[in-house]
Amino acid sequence: MQGEANHAWGLQHHFDSFDQQREASFLGMWVFLVTEIMFFGGLFTAYIVYRASQGEAFALGSHELDITLGAINTAVLIGSSLTMALAVWAAQTGRRKAIVGFILATLVLGGVFLGIKVVEYSAKFEHHLVPGPNFHWDGPEAPGVEMFFNLYFLMTGLHAAHMVIGMGILLVVAILAWRGAFTPENHNLVEGIGLYWHFVDIVWIFLFPLLYLLGRNIQV
Amino acid sequence: MSEHITPVRTYVIIFLALMVLTAVTVAVAFMHLGPFNDIVAMGIAITKASLVILYFMHVRQSSRLTKVVVVAGFLWLLFLFGFTMSDYLTRGMIMLQSPVG
Repeated sequence: MQGEANHAWGLQHHFDSFDQQREASFLGMWVFLVTEIMFFGGLFTAYIVYRASQGEAFALGSHELDITLGAINTAVLIGSSLTMALAVWAAQTGRRKAIVGFILATLVLGGVFLGIKVVEYSAKFEHHLVPGPNFHWDGPEAPGVEMFFNLYFLMTGLHAAHMVIGMGILLVVAILAWRGAFTPENHNLVEGIGLYWHFVDIVWIFLFPLLYLLGRNIQV
Repeated sequence: MSEHITPVRTYVIIFLALMVLTAVTVAVAFMHLGPFNDIVAMGIAITKASLVILYFMHVRQSSRLTKVVVVAGFLWLLFLFGFTMSDYLTRGMIMLQSPVG
């Protein structure tokens, strides 16, 4: 039995130990991420359904995407996952300035990713590939190609929204880290936002081949 | 039981593996493998995701309860894909006589 008086700093009163607190935080974050898997899962299901019936149109649409920028963004996001993992490592080993440094590196790489995304999106607007009244497609399979771009913007847009939210939270966590809010025993916020960031990376790991690489080998 | 700390070396190795797999999947996308293009691309993506989940997300050292939650999440995703496609892909298989004739 521990009384309130000698309950350690940073340990919530309803937990017996830091291990229990960490386990609850880790499990809770994963339960949230499972709901996120199902959230994105709906869009992936829509992709599979339309891809099954309009494979050729999807390959044609995929050809319009910039594979170089897509590959660079994949590398940038994987790099940001590394810096995020190192920020958690810094928190585990009690390196206060390193936490802030690695989170800032993660934020910079996230910014680069979104910047490249802006370049890609604006090119799609210029080429009239954004679904809606201004969509224009001279080639065959126009409705299927438009559906591909519907899914492209929904999936990458939802992914980008997750990154913007993640970067906002990362900024707050960086400030807290700078103020010395985390200890080797208690850094669940850093671990939690880390899990979220890696999850966003995993979504992109699947979006990249499904949207950019599909039909690259087909002659158009 | 205190927290397991993964050494920096492991993170760097996983990062390099992810980069190599990315290069491989881009290279394979330009080859003509027919249906195997998709199979290879998804195989590599699943491998990459597994590396991120096990090492970057520390699921490898997590409790069994957490592992069950993670596996259940992806299992239900497969149910979503499986049951949806068992409908869409089999719609043409049953040729019912139209009542109008």
